[in-house]
Amino acid sequence: MIEVQNLTKSFDGRTVLHGIDATFYEGKTNLIIGQSGSGKTVLVKSLVGLLTPDSGKILFDGRNLLTMSSEEVKDLRKEIGMLFQGSALFDSETVLGNVEFPLKMFTRKSREEIRERALFCLERVNLKGAEKKFPAEISGGMQKRVAIARAIALNPKYLFCDEPNSGLDPKTSILIDELLSDITHEYNITTVINTHDMNSVLGIGENIIFINKGHREWVGDMSQIYNTANEALNDFVFATRLFQEVREYVAEHGTINDRK
Amino acid sequence: MLLTNSLATFGRYCMFLRRVFSIPDRFSEFGRRTVAEVAKLGIDSIPLVLIISVFIGAVIAIQMQLNIASPLIPAYSVGLATREIILLEFSNSILCLILAGKVGSNIASEIGTMRVTEQIDALDIMGVNSANFLVLPKVVGFVAFMPVLAVLCMVTSLVGGYLVAVFTDLITVSRYVYGLQAFFQEWYVWYGLIKALVFAFIIATTASFYGYYVKGGALEVGKSSTNAVVTSSVFILLFDVILTKLLLQ
Repeated sequence: MIEVQNLTKSFDGRTVLHGIDATFYEGKTNLIIGQSGSGKTVLVKSLVGLLTPDSGKILFDGRNLLTMSSEEVKDLRKEIGMLFQGSALFDSETVLGNVEFPLKMFTRKSREEIRERALFCLERVNLKGAEKKFPAEISGGMQKRVAIARAIALNPKYLFCDEPNSGLDPKTSILIDELLSDITHEYNITTVINTHDMNSVLGIGENIIFINKGHREWVGDMSQIYNTANEALNDFVFATRLFQEVREYVAEHGTINDRK
Repeated sequence: MLLTNSLATFGRYCMFLRRVFSIPDRFSEFGRRTVAEVAKLGIDSIPLVLIISVFIGAVIAIQMQLNIASPLIPAYSVGLATREIILLEFSNSILCLILAGKVGSNIASEIGTMRVTEQIDALDIMGVNSANFLVLPKVVGFVAFMPVLAVLCMVTSLVGGYLVAVFTDLITVSRYVYGLQAFFQEWYVWYGLIKALVFAFIIATTASFYGYYVKGGALEVGKSSTNAVVTSSVFILLFDVILTKLLLQ
C-alpha cells in the first residue's frame, strides 16, 4: 500500500500539487485521472522519486520515501516497476535483452535462470517469439507489453504506469488494461496508473483518484463514478456523447459489466 | 549573469562527474559496455583518422617545402618541420578537434535521445546510477583508445609526407627521412599523448554532460549536440595552451 499525505509541489513559485492526500491499495488497480496539466504526472513522478515534493509524506508500506537514505531509496527502487508513456525500452537491446536487464543488474541468478525468468515474463504478456527483435521492429502495443514484462521481471511490489494506453488503438488499449489488471491481481501488486483514457477508468478503475487543478477532488471506484455529484469529474469523464449515453444506460440498467 | 550561469553549469558538471566516477553496480556489465564503446567510439574512428592524417601529412610536407625553400635552410628541414608539427599539434589538438565533431556529437545525441525518450528515467527508477552506467564506459573506452588513435595519426601523417617525397620531385625521400630522424626528442611523443588523453576526457565528459541534461525533444537533442561540440572545442583549445605551457616550458 502507498499512502500520500499532504503532498505539495511547486515549480518557480507556481503550486502544481496542493496538499494531496491519497491511498493506493495493494492488489488493486489504482487510477489517477485528471485533465492535462492537472498535476497527475507530477504526482506520479513524485511517487517514484523522479521529482522531490516541497512537503508531505509518501509512505511505501509505512516507509517514507522523502526521509529515506540514498541506500534505502536504492533498495526501494528494486521493488518498483514502471511503465512509461513511450515504453522507454533500450534501443540497443533486443526484446529479451530489455527484460533480462533488471535481472542482470540486481540478481545473482545464473545466465540460464535469467533467461528462463525473462522468457516467462514475455510469455506472460503474450510475446513469445519476439525475443530476438529490437524495439524499433515491433509495434507500439508490443513495445508496451515488453515494457510490462520488464517492469514485472523482478516481481515488484509496486507498479507505476504513465498513460499506458497513449498512442494505442482502442482494441490494443483494452488488451493492455486487461493485462495490467490481471497482473495486479495475480501478483498482488500495488498498481498506480496515470491515465485520461475513459475506457480504462470505466473498465479497470478499482480505486480512482481525480485530480483537478492540483487538488484531489474525488475518490471512488468505477461503479461510483456514474453517480458522482462532482461537476468537474462529470465534465471530464462524460465529456463525449458516447460516455453520456453509457451513463444513461447504466442509470437505466444498473451496470455495463457484461459489455465484454 | 553570464558568470553566474557559467559557474552554476560548472558546478553541475562537477556533480555530474561525481556521479559518473562511482563504483559500477555490475563490473561484468561495465566491462561489456566499455568494450562496446571502444569499438563504437574508437575503432569506428580509425578510417576518419587515417584519411585525414594521410592528406594533412602530405599537405604539411608540401607547404613546408614551398615556404622554407632557401639556400640557407638545409633541405632535410622539411621532414623535421613536418614531424614537429605532427607530433606537437596535429596528432593531438587538431585530431581531437575533429573527433569532437564525430565522437562528441555521437555521445551527446545518443544520451540526449535516451533522456527525451525516458530511457534514463527508466534506469533511475530501477535503481541504476544512470550517469555511471551510461557515461563511465564511454569515458573509459574513448580515453583508453585515444593513444592508439593519436599514434596512428602520427604514423599516417608522416607516411603522407613520405608519399609526397616519393611521388613528387619537391623533396627527395632520403632528405625527408633524414629530416624525420634529425634532432628527435622522445618527450614530444609523450607530450602529444598526454594532451590527447586530456582532450579525449574533455570530449567524452562534455558531450555526455550536454546529452544527459537535455530537456525537450528532437530539436533540443540537436542543440545539445552542437553545444557539446562547440564547448569541448573551446576547452580543447584552452587546455592546449595550458598544457603546452606546463609541459614544454
